[in-house]
Formats: sequence, structure tokens, C-alpha cells
Amino acid sequence: MSFPLRQSPGARVGLSIAVATGLYGISFGALSVSSGLDLWQTMALSLLLFSGGSQFAFIGVIAGGGSPVAAASAAALLGIRNAVYGMQLNALLHPRGWRRFAAAHVTIDESLATSTGQSDPVEQHRGFWVAGVGIFVLWNLCTLVGALAGDALGDPKQWGLDGAAVAAFLALLWPRLRSREAGATAVVCALATVLAVPVVPPGIPILIAAVVAGMIGWFGHRAGPGGAAGDASTDPAGLEPDLDPYPDAATSAGKDPS
Amino acid sequence: MSLWFWVIVACVAGFLTKLLGYLVPRKWLANPRVARIAGTLTIGLLASLTMANTVATGQDLVVDARLGALVVAAIALWLRAPFLVVVIVGAAAAAGLRLLGAP
Repeated sequence: MSFPLRQSPGARVGLSIAVATGLYGISFGALSVSSGLDLWQTMALSLLLFSGGSQFAFIGVIAGGGSPVAAASAAALLGIRNAVYGMQLNALLHPRGWRRFAAAHVTIDESLATSTGQSDPVEQHRGFWVAGVGIFVLWNLCTLVGALAGDALGDPKQWGLDGAAVAAFLALLWPRLRSREAGATAVVCALATVLAVPVVPPGIPILIAAVVAGMIGWFGHRAGPGGAAGDASTDPAGLEPDLDPYPDAATSAGKDPS
Repeated sequence: MSLWFWVIVACVAGFLTKLLGYLVPRKWLANPRVARIAGTLTIGLLASLTMANTVATGQDLVVDARLGALVVAAIALWLRAPFLVVVIVGAAAAAGLRLLGAP
């Protein structure tokens, strides 16, 4: 069973998720220049780091007055999940030669989710590449638009851009809070941050929260009986995309926030 | 200059982390504990960044328009608004509260 490319369900889902994800590159671009990075530093993050959570983490630490070292550390720690995604995609797609490096670069929440949501191997390939490359192109174009607009805005506080950053982080976190364990982890780490802010330099509270989160993961309960790694349906909490390519298909417990 | 250096460090570290998943033997990362830590790290860092950007100004804890942005963003997410809409209403809430005289 194989679809022609025009009717390919993987490519179709990949394209729609690429448009939705790419668009919010505008908010990244605008927030990045208002946090103090220049246009080229902003573009370097979107072109080379290319992982929404890590990019927002970097500028979030800088905006709060944190050091560039703390910003890079937060970004690197938030990117660790991409190694797990890479392992899953390697087992699924087996890219060889230069394709392996290209695949690694576009390994993000959305390309993994689009690919693993398909059951046919051809569609898994199409979903991954269309979502990954599509998001890369649109994310970078939209980052540029957002950065140019942010530069023109003037005082970021007057436009509520600090509120926009808060909303962006909550929106990145929200879809990952589908289990009680995930919610508890978020509450504990938020609390650790508030307690740490008055006593350590800016940026460091985020790294303290990372240590707390790592300990919860290390000592925490097992995800469930027979949780085979590599199977998307048994992933532990936290490894969900910030935009779900298959919102109608997801009926897992706790998905519906109402 | 130093900011540029750490931007590049973050980019290199990010790419190497992704590549690691494709290059190391599967059993190294197939350990459920590794996947669980990757998950709790993601949640913990995003929760921490949300909180720090809401209440921290340098080393001070401050209640200002950003808290209003957090509440409005949570309502928008609860109503299943898309990402970009959530960000825009967050900005509008903070800007609106400042127009009304909030710090």
C-alpha cells in the first residue's frame, strides 16, 4: 500500500504542522531581539540550534539577566530529549550517509510526532522529512520577520512582550502536563525556582530546577509495566510535542484539559 | 562577543545531542531511566522558565503585569487556543494591565 505524494497522509500532516509551528517563529524572533540578542544571533539560534524549547530557554535566561553560560546550559539541558527522539527515529527511518546529519538537524518534537503517528514506513519517512524540513524553512523565515518587527517595536514592556514570553513558556509546558507525575514535577520545579531566585544570581534558579527535575527522573517510579523504549505510545511524561500533529487521534487519559 | 560565543556553544551542543541519538548504540539510550530523565528535565526546565519569567526581576520576586499574562495564557490554553494566539493574548494582557496602571 503506497500513496502518491499528493495524497500522502504523512506529507499532508507534515505540511499542516509545519505551517502551524513555523508561524510561531514570529514570536521567537520578536522576543529574542527584545531580550537583548541582535538580529544575527537570533538567526543563528533558529538556523543552527533549531529546537524551539532550547531557543526560548536561551533567550528566557538572557531576558532575566542571566549569564550567557547559564543560557547555553539551560538550552543544552532542554535539548537532551532530542537524543531520545534521535534514537527512536534512527530505528524507524535508518538514514544513511549525509541524510543522517540532515535528519539529526531536523529532529524536533513535531517531526518525531508526525513520523511516529504514521504506521506505513513510506509515510513515516514522508511525515518526518516534510515536517522537519518544512518547519526549518518556515521557522527561519518567521524568525526573521519577528526579529525585524521586534526591532521596530521600541520599548518591549509597553507592548507586553515580557508577558508574551511568560505565555510562550506556559504554552510549551502545557501539552506535556498529561499525567499527575508530570504536573507534580512542574509544581516542584516551579517552587524550587521561586525559592532560589532571591539567593542565587539570575539564570541559576533554572539550572537548580533542572537538577531537581533530573533527580525526580532518576529516583522516580517506572513509567508503567512493560514500557518498551522506542514505542511512542509508552513514552514517559514530558516527551510530547508542543504542537500535536494528530490532535483528534489523541484520546489518552488526561489529554482533555476540561 | 561573549554572547556570540555562548550562542555558538548552545548551537553545537544542541546539534551534537541530536546526532548522538543516531550514532550511539541503541541500547545506551533505550534505558527507560534515560527516557524518563529526558522527560522530567523537559517539564522541570519549562516550568522553571515559566516561573522565573513571571516573578523574577533580577534577584527580586515581583508581582506585576506578567502574573496577569500568566493567568490569561492559562485560560487561553485551557480553551485550546493555538500557540500563537496564546502568546498574543499574553502580550495583550501585560500591555493592557500596564495601561491600567499595573507595574
